[in-house]
Formats: sequence, C-alpha cells, structure tokens
Amino acid sequence: MVEAGFFERNQQRLAPVVLLAPALIMFLVFVVNPIVQSLWISLHEWDGLSPPIWVGLSNYRELFDDELFYVSLQNNIIWLVLYLLALPAGLAVALYLNQNVLGIRLVKSLFFFPFVISQVVVGLVFSWFYDPSFGLLAKLFTGLGLEPVPILSDENLVTYGIILAGLWPQTAYCMILYLTGLNNVSPEVIEAGKIDGAVGWRMLWHVILPQLRPATFIALVVTVIGALRSFDLVAIMTGGGPFGTSNVLAYYMYEQALFNYRMGYGAAIATVLFLIMDIYIVFFLTRMLRQERRGG
Amino acid sequence: MSMRKIAFATVLGSGLAAAGMAEAGTIIFNSNTSDPAPKAAFETAIAEFEAANPDIDVKFNVFDHEAFKTAIRNFLTTEPPDVVTWFAGNRMKVFVDRNLFEDLTPLWQENGLDEKMASSRSAMTIADKQWGVPYAYYQWGVYYREDLFEQVGVTEPPKTWEEFKEVGAKLNEAGITPVTIGTKFLWTAAGWFDYINMRTNGLDFHIELMDGKVPYTDERVVKTFENWKELIDADFFLANHANYSWQEAQPFLYQGDAAMYLIGNFIVPQFPESVADKIGFFQFPMIDEGIPVGEDAPTDTLHIPAGAKNKEDALKFLSYMSEAGIQGELNAALGNLPPNKEAPVPEDRFLEAGFEMLADAAGLAQFYDRDTDPEMAKIGMQGFQEFMVKPDRQDAILERLEKARQRIFKN
Amino acid sequence: MYPAPIQTASPAARGLYKASLPVALVVWLLPLLAVMLTSIRSLEDINQGNYWGWPSEFDLIQNYSQVFGATPMARYLLNSLIITLPTVIGTLIISTMAGAALAIYNFRFNILLFAMFIAGNFIPFQILMIPVRDLMVDLGMYDSYYSLIVFHIAFQAGFCTLFMRNFIKALPFELIEAARVSGANEFVIFYQIIVPLVRPALAALGVLIFTFIWNDYFWALVLVQSDEVRPITVGLSALKGQWVASWQLISAGSIVAALPPVIMFFLMQRHFIAGLMLGASKG
Repeated sequence: MVEAGFFERNQQRLAPVVLLAPALIMFLVFVVNPIVQSLWISLHEWDGLSPPIWVGLSNYRELFDDELFYVSLQNNIIWLVLYLLALPAGLAVALYLNQNVLGIRLVKSLFFFPFVISQVVVGLVFSWFYDPSFGLLAKLFTGLGLEPVPILSDENLVTYGIILAGLWPQTAYCMILYLTGLNNVSPEVIEAGKIDGAVGWRMLWHVILPQLRPATFIALVVTVIGALRSFDLVAIMTGGGPFGTSNVLAYYMYEQALFNYRMGYGAAIATVLFLIMDIYIVFFLTRMLRQERRGG
Repeated sequence: MSMRKIAFATVLGSGLAAAGMAEAGTIIFNSNTSDPAPKAAFETAIAEFEAANPDIDVKFNVFDHEAFKTAIRNFLTTEPPDVVTWFAGNRMKVFVDRNLFEDLTPLWQENGLDEKMASSRSAMTIADKQWGVPYAYYQWGVYYREDLFEQVGVTEPPKTWEEFKEVGAKLNEAGITPVTIGTKFLWTAAGWFDYINMRTNGLDFHIELMDGKVPYTDERVVKTFENWKELIDADFFLANHANYSWQEAQPFLYQGDAAMYLIGNFIVPQFPESVADKIGFFQFPMIDEGIPVGEDAPTDTLHIPAGAKNKEDALKFLSYMSEAGIQGELNAALGNLPPNKEAPVPEDRFLEAGFEMLADAAGLAQFYDRDTDPEMAKIGMQGFQEFMVKPDRQDAILERLEKARQRIFKN
Repeated sequence: MYPAPIQTASPAARGLYKASLPVALVVWLLPLLAVMLTSIRSLEDINQGNYWGWPSEFDLIQNYSQVFGATPMARYLLNSLIITLPTVIGTLIISTMAGAALAIYNFRFNILLFAMFIAGNFIPFQILMIPVRDLMVDLGMYDSYYSLIVFHIAFQAGFCTLFMRNFIKALPFELIEAARVSGANEFVIFYQIIVPLVRPALAALGVLIFTFIWNDYFWALVLVQSDEVRPITVGLSALKGQWVASWQLISAGSIVAALPPVIMFFLMQRHFIAGLMLGASKG
C-alpha cells in the first residue's frame, strides 16, 4: 500500500469536502452572506435609491419605541403557539383516516389537497368565509339568531381568524406526516401494549405517541417554518389591518422596506425576528444532538 | 437530442434572450396597467405607434399594479427600461430628486404641451422643469343611488355640509346606510380626509400639510377631524368597513343597503346593468363657502428613466402619446379624462360631469397617498382608518401622526 | 395497525365510518369547493356579494377559456415548470451529497455545518430580499430563469440537507463499512450504495420541494419582471388588476395553478408515503 496515491490515502478526509462543496458554497453565497449584509444594512438609513447613511443603532432604538413593533411581536408569539395546534389536529385526522376501506387512498389525497394550493387562494377563500355580510360564517350566525362578528376588522379577533385559515393547510401537512408515521408503527409494539392492558387513550399516549416521535419532530419543524410564512396570509387577508393590529414581524418588515422604502429599519425588524428564531434553532439542535448521542 | 430536450433548450434560450439587452430600435416599456381594459388600450396605442414607426419595436411589460410600486425602484436603479408609467405628485418627486427621471422640458416645448396640457403642467413641474407626460386623469366625487334619495324624499344632491348631514339622517331613518366604504386597504379613508380637509381648510393648507410643513396637531387639522367625527357619530359609514376592500364594499350600493360612495371614477365600469342608470354623481359638498374649491384628480403619467438606453426612440414614443388624437382614443378606452385639452372628452355622463367640475376647480390635488411621503401616507391612512372605527382615539391618533411627520420630514 | 382496523368493529360502526368519510371530506374541502364554484361564476355575481350561493349563471367555459385566451397563463405555466423542475433536481443532488457528507463522515465542523443548514430553515426570508436582488443583478441573472433556479436551490438546500442527512444517518452503517473493507472508494460508495438507498427519500422530498417552489410568490416578485420568465403565482396576481379583481378568473387560474402539484402528488403518492415513512424513522 506504499504506492497508494494521495487520493486513496486521504479520501476519507477529501470525500466530505467534495460532497459538501456545492451545497455549502451555494448556501454561503445566497443565504449566509445576505444575512450578514442585512445586518449591515440595519445599521444604516437607506431608501434603496440614494447611498446608505450610517446611523449606528438608531434603527433599533426607534424599534423599541414603536407601538406597532410590539403589536407585531405579540402577534408573532400568538402565531407560533397557536399554529402548533396543527399537530394534534393533524394527528386526529390521521387517526381517523388510517383505515383500509375502499377509496381511502383517494380520500387521503383529497384531505391533503389544501396543502398544495397557494396561500393566495387560501387567504382569499377564508376572507369570503368571514365576510360579515355575505360570508358563510355570517349566515351561520344569523341562522342561530346572533349578530355576525366581523372577524377580520375586529382588532381583538383578527389574528386568530388568520391563524385559523393557516391551520387548514398546515393540518393537512401534519396529517400526511402522521399517516406515514402510523404506517411505520410496528405491530409487535401494539401487540405488546395490548398485552400490558393499554387501550384507547393510554395506548395512544404511552405506546403510539412515542413511536410517532420522529413524525412529530418533522411536523414541529415544518409548522414553525409555516408560522413564519404567515406573511402571505396576513398580506392577503388584512394587509396587517385593521390599523396594524394583525401585523406580524415578517409583514411589518416587508411593509417598512417595500412600501415605506426604509430598508434599514426593515432589516432591523428582520434581525429581531431572526434572533427570536434562534431560540427555536437552539431547541432543535439540542434535541437533535441528544438524539445523536443516544443513537451513537 | 430528444424532442423534449430541444423544446427545453429553445425555451431556455428565449428566456435568456428576454433577459439580455435590447437592440437599437427597441423601446422597453414597463407599465402598471394590469387591468384588462387599460392593458388593451395601451396595446392598441402601441400597435398604432409601431405602424407609424416601422423601425421601432415596443416591448410592453405589464406589471401587477401593486407590485409595480416596488419593482420600479428595482429596475430604475439597476436595469432601467426606456419608458415607464408612474404618477404625478410626491411619487414623481421621489425619483426626480434622485436624478432617476429624464428632464422632458424640451419635449414639452417642442410639442406645445405648456399650452395643450396647461391644467396638468403644475403637477408635472419641479424646479421649473417638466419631468413626465400625463396620459390620463380622473375625478373623485360622490356616486349615489338616485332612486334611494327619492325614496327618502331628497330631490337634489346636497351642496352644503348641512344638507349632506340632513340627507344622511333621512337615509338612516329609512334604514339605509348613508355611505358605503371599504377601508381594508386604507386609501379609501384618505379620500374622506382629503375632501373634508380641503373643504374645511382649503387646498393650500392641504398641500402644506402634505409637504410636512404643518403639524398634524394643528387646530385646523383638529377641525377637520371634528367635522369628520360629526359624520361618524351620525352613523354615516358602513359598519365593519375595515373588513372590506373598496371593491367588496360595492355590493351594498348595488343592493340598495347603502346610498353613497365617495370614490374615483374608476368605479363606473363596475356598475351592474341593473342599477347603472339609477346611479348619479355629485361634487363633495362645501363646508366653508368662502374657501376656494380644491378637488382630488389623480394623474397617471409616462416618464423616461435617466438611465434609459434608447432615449431617442422613447422621446418619439412620448411625443406620440401626448398627441390629442391618441389621448382621446386612449382615454375613451380607459374611461378617464385626457390631459391634452384638444382631445375630446369621452362621451360619458360621469366623465362629462367630472370634466366640468375639475375645470371649475380652483386647484387640483393628486390624492393623499400620491401627495405626501409614502411612509407618512401609510401611517396617516392607518390613523384615518383607526379614527373611523374608534373616533374617541382622535387625540392619540393625531399625536402619533405628528410624531411620524416630525421624523419623516425632519423638523 | 393503529387505530384498530375498522373491519374488526361492529357492522354498524363500520357503516357509520364509511358514511362519515364523504361528509368529512365535503366539510374539509368546503373552502376549495367555493373556489371551484367561483371559477364558474360571473363577475356580476361576485360584485353582488353572491360568494356562497348557487351561481346565477355558469361561465365555466367562458372563464377558463378567458384565463388561457386573454392572459398569458399557458406561458406562466410553462415558466413555472422551467423554474421548478431544475430546482427540484438541483436541490436533490446537492443536498444528497451534503447530507451524505454530514451523515457518514466525522470531521471537525460537522455539527457546526449541520447547525448552519438547520438555521437556514428558520430564516424569515424577507431578510434576504435586498441583498439577494442586488447580487443577482451583479451576476447578470436578474430577470432570468437562472436567478430563481439558483436562489431556490441554495435556499432549499438547508431543509433538504437536514432531511437527507437524517435519512442517511438511519441507513445501516455496516453497508458502508463492508464496502470500504472490499476496497471501494468513497465516491463509489456514495454513488453505488447511498444513492440507490435514498431513492424513496428523494421521491418524497422531490414532491415536497416541487410544491414549495411551485407556490413561491415572494421571490418571483423580487427576482424577475418580464412576462417571458414569470411563474404562474405572479401571473395569477397580475390577473388582480389595479381596481378590478376578477375573482372568477383568479379562481379559475388558481385551479389551473394547483393542478400540477396535485397530479404530482397523486402520481407519486406511494413514493411520497414510503419516503416520508423512512425519512421519519429516525429524527
């Protein structure tokens, strides 16, 4: 083996470098680098046309004195928390549909449908649904002898109304994840559970759910990402209104940067949002690493 | 190479060509006229121009109207086209201040536009130079159901504030909402502010306020809000208006649940046949008779970016678009008024009424979100919407607007 | 199987279950049915506020032919495909490579790099907007298919690398060790052992990425501007005019726009399920 070439001798070290290079370079150039640039922009005042002016931390100082920022921040937290309802909802639907009857494949596919249509359409349909004069919800309320509630123009209800619309496709997504997870639950474990006398809820809680942990994890990941993409629905359903009360940070940032042409201020909002996300990132990483150690 | 690959390569190739530079003799025209009628109207005008100038090709890119507002900043600074659509007022000033629009004073002089477009000249002038060519403008005013007015015993549209409030009271008595409005996208509320402010304090004060020279906490602005509050307190406006876009607020008018709509003339093509001939138009009522009358008349314009590659042909195109003939044709299709006074006003009772009203006006404003700084406009309109829902927050709202004004206009 | 197969339940319960399925389906898809109904409504109906009632007239053919005839919808559809397919393929290739590198090899910055890819998932992508647009202009890719393809590949690499890395990590490592012992070099191992084994994951991920990219609106707005390259999402919103939103046309267009991912999902369903199942087997 003396004659072995450089490559053969070092291939275990070289292979990961070569395999990683394309993804890493792309990621560094188009994702990491722009983040750094955005942080830099957040220290400037820039309208996108004239040269940027260095203002140090004044964008951040203004941010912490900005009512709408706090409204958006609060809504973001509500979004992140309530969006997680997609997990139990998705699990419930998955349990309901995990049967072998004629046509069930088609039914499952149709249940997944909301996830593949664009958020523009989802937002639109739910706006119609909530319409306090012509909407289905209003018809329901008047049918019950109640006064229709104008969900999307009520400053206290609007965010919940939008989140509900978002939960529709997100539940479909979680459902698919859980359906695949349920397929993967080993029959032996179920049998063992039965022998131990686990039935109903106890079976679900103590036997099935631990088995579904990987599906839950992925569902959690995509749901948190989905909560961040809340942007589309807010933009379509309310544009942040009424008077800014349904704003979320992503939309507020977009509005500042693109409608008010304040790139620096927008970048500062995005930075704060990014910092909040770091909490989740740390959570996922620690969980992943713990799993690694257990597995390895 | 399989057929599929060939097809794919061809498509990819054409995409690349589209991304490349335009050859000489081509004008790239980026436009925000995404509605079917305006788009078709421009396509016709371009076809005629190309027929008259066989050596020039016009590449017509239509953008979604909202998306255009963002996109124009991108392409003006990066890859400027040769002609763009835009708006008069502060919107134009933003780009003129940053040297992104070409000075079109020579074009105005050569084509005698100072004379032919006298009414729009001031809207196109910054520092004694003209920076664009207006192609259309339209009036704002109150569109109302004549049959509903008759039903409650009103025979003449109101001319004064007192009459206006009286009409509202009568309508409310009959269970009809006096005014429909959808403030979801905010700007409709600004129409009310513009008019009440112009009628209360006059056009000059209004423009000073738009330019950030007067505090929002000024007692004159407070007076405007108090007048506005009279209507809110008298239940003039559609409940839940924050829920609706301007378009979604229309059915109330058509179904007879509401009687009036303060809106721009672009609503006219929307009237359903069943009610179209029952709808009339009147000028926003006077509040203080002594004050010269100002009106909102937003003007749509064409410009040549300073970085355009084919300015020579772009100038030809703009002179063509300023001619009376083409402006008449274009606006007949758009349902707007031609800025060139030699062009015929389209035969339409609303446009004719609007034309007369604007001709008699002491001066014209462009509309709140075109007259003031974009950020101020956003914050201001949010405040107007909030005020219409929670009038008791008036002081807090005005203070917030004032805080924004001081920051934005740096004084 | 959990819950217990309905076949083991009483005939009454079985009947009830089967009867409940279509009802649940209709309720679940009610919003979608409304879109479909809207896509065959007349504009007059919509302006009158008739969103949920029976259409006063059926304009099915008129609306759909108008979508294809009066708008460049066919062009947008093609553009969406031209953008989406290379993106899916490119993303799968580079993330399989990166995933394998992170799953198989131990090197100093392994966890750090992995963490970086994960972090990439959580980025509110508005933060990238301004710099990415400027970058594309500098690279001469602005307003071409390449800008969207390249950016989407780069951005999706985060999620896909996370997914592939976990999937490959769950494969039996003995296979790789056995191949090494028999003298295969690392790239042969990657190509001949890893790639065939991850095929189900690739199918699943492919469908997922396909939907993400297909429905992207934000970046299409930022990175391209001419009709020749715009995908269908932006095309759809261009149907929404300045003053007039022709909801019946937008609905018809939405149905058209939704078809490819739906067809994709139906065709690939087995792969999708199988892949996700394996992918989720170790998180």
